Amino acid sequence: MAEIVIRNLRKDFGAFTAVKGSSFTIRDGEFFMLLGPSGCGKTTTLRMIAGLELPTSGEILIDGEDVSMRPASQRDIAMVFQMFALYPHMNVRKNIAYPLVSQGVPKAEVRRKVAEVAKILRIDHLLDKGVGGLSGGDRQRVALGRAIVRNPKAFMMDEPLGALDAEFREIMAEELRALHDRMHATTVYVTHDQLEAMQMGDKIVVMNHGVVEQFGTPQDIYDHPATLFVADFIGSPAMNFLRFEGQAPAGAGTITLGDHAQPLPRLQEPAAGALVLGVRPEHVALSDTAPLKGRIEAVEYLGTTQIVTLSTPFGMVKARTPSTLPARVGDLTGLALNAPRLSLFDATTGRAFRTAANAGVHHG
Amino acid sequence: MSNLSSSWSVTEPSRLSKWVAGVVVVLYTFITLLPLVWIISTGFKSGQDSISYPPKVVFEPSLEGYVNLFTTRTRVAAEEFQKLPPAETWYDQIVRDQGMVIAGPSRFGERFMNSVIIGFGSTALSILLGTLAAYAFSRFKVPLKDDLLFFILSTRMMPPIAVAIPIYLMYRELGLSDTHLGMILLYTAVNISLAVWLLKGFIDEIPREYEEAALIDGYTRFQAFRKVVLPQAATGIASTAIFCLIFAWNEYAFAVLLTSGNAQTAPPFIPTIIGVGGQDWPAVAAGATLFLLPVMIFTILLRKHLLRGITFGAVRK
Repeated sequence: MAEIVIRNLRKDFGAFTAVKGSSFTIRDGEFFMLLGPSGCGKTTTLRMIAGLELPTSGEILIDGEDVSMRPASQRDIAMVFQMFALYPHMNVRKNIAYPLVSQGVPKAEVRRKVAEVAKILRIDHLLDKGVGGLSGGDRQRVALGRAIVRNPKAFMMDEPLGALDAEFREIMAEELRALHDRMHATTVYVTHDQLEAMQMGDKIVVMNHGVVEQFGTPQDIYDHPATLFVADFIGSPAMNFLRFEGQAPAGAGTITLGDHAQPLPRLQEPAAGALVLGVRPEHVALSDTAPLKGRIEAVEYLGTTQIVTLSTPFGMVKARTPSTLPARVGDLTGLALNAPRLSLFDATTGRAFRTAANAGVHHG
Repeated sequence: MSNLSSSWSVTEPSRLSKWVAGVVVVLYTFITLLPLVWIISTGFKSGQDSISYPPKVVFEPSLEGYVNLFTTRTRVAAEEFQKLPPAETWYDQIVRDQGMVIAGPSRFGERFMNSVIIGFGSTALSILLGTLAAYAFSRFKVPLKDDLLFFILSTRMMPPIAVAIPIYLMYRELGLSDTHLGMILLYTAVNISLAVWLLKGFIDEIPREYEEAALIDGYTRFQAFRKVVLPQAATGIASTAIFCLIFAWNEYAFAVLLTSGNAQTAPPFIPTIIGVGGQDWPAVAAGATLFLLPVMIFTILLRKHLLRGITFGAVRK
């Protein structure tokens, strides 16, 4: 297994830059998510790590060795493709054995390893079947088997659950994570699904327009988004943005929002101009005594919780409240924001200001 | 209710249109197959039956045409003919019955082999070059790719025979006239554009992920091409090979112009069988029948590749 270090990685396709100087480190044994909307450069980054694309500039180190310009076959990496890419002219056994055959592993050894992997993935009864008739989940397992059979340094997974039906997706996500916990293999996983990333990843890199927006644990990224993009992309419903003009010096613990002082984590740098106060829906409580007022516009019932949409002088705000709490459309109420969990962004650059809360978080 | 819905079905053709289609297909098949049936049956007629009027549909089958096709014969004077020992073989007897004796083998076998060598040789070469070129055009960044593809196609925009004279002169200078190599190269040059275009279409359809998977599994680009792309392109390669073979096998004009003694193929040879008297239609028909067989067999052998969609189900679309 291996540590993967990405330094200033860049990829141009003609005039278009797919990846603009990314840097991050994937620690040994980590389940690492590359997350972002389509076209953000996450797949290109993965393909560069795998050796299917060569970077325009920058370095890729696997276990301290610079492999940036090496062909894929010499990187000792396995990959699971979104479309599975099982060899259609071979049966399940041959598909799984194929990476071993290229290394000239003796036949008896190949048979033993294939059987072992098939057992782990519970596809031993399918070994002599063609891949054409398999269900989506079984194909995915065969693709996984082909990847794990030769104990590579790292796994690359390009939206491996993207082609599965919703029911299989849940099962396979759990299986994947369980498999990882068992093997502790360094895994780089590309997805556009933020829930998948949060659910499975040890670390997440959020990319947008070829730029790494943020890099950290799912919790850090969720609680302390480094940019407006990350705040908006992660979480459902997304983080609320209250837009206003204001200013506060470094060290301030409040900021003036309309006619009242809103407490927030202590600022470590001065903030001024067009600002955005970010708050997750679950950190908005309805309280008649709160100074920030809003009118209830809509209520969505979700079982144990409900999403209450309110119009405020600073824009629409969604609050996640217990569904036992009465909320009637048209009512005027106060919004209490949970001060320690607030983020403050610069509206023009989109960057979060450093505060006591997010100080330790790695920014892109 | 069911009656009503079936008579008004949008997707099912009506009874009448099924009938009309059936009649049209049967008629078309009859018209297409008639010449073929006539050639095959003429090959089994005697010389007399082949030119009788009105034409004979029912006749006594004879192998005269096939024996004449493979032999050269001479007439001997009547008194000499009487003195000959009895015919030793059945084909000797057939020739004797015509009042002649066998002088030796004809050149048909040799010409037929020339056709096999040149036809299959140029097909193999066209497929080899075409597959490699099509793969490159499909997968790699080739400078001026579109222009090159158009240029390759443009060689098909005139009838090949339009360049017969320059080719004739060029071949004479290069010593390629009347050689197997020369004919293989010529037919390959004509077929290659078809091969590249057809195969590029087939290879474009094969998802790149397969090769990428093989590359990551530790194979080189060429191994991935050979072991992963080629088996999946088999359908395309088979159908392209059939088209290439049919052209090279049937080509007449260049064969007449460029070959004579050494590398002559069957098409220019068959009409010469008719001989000076111009009577031996059964031999010509027998030659044409034998000439049809290889392409038919080749097509039947490759038919399963033409019909089988081997990539079905392996990639989720």
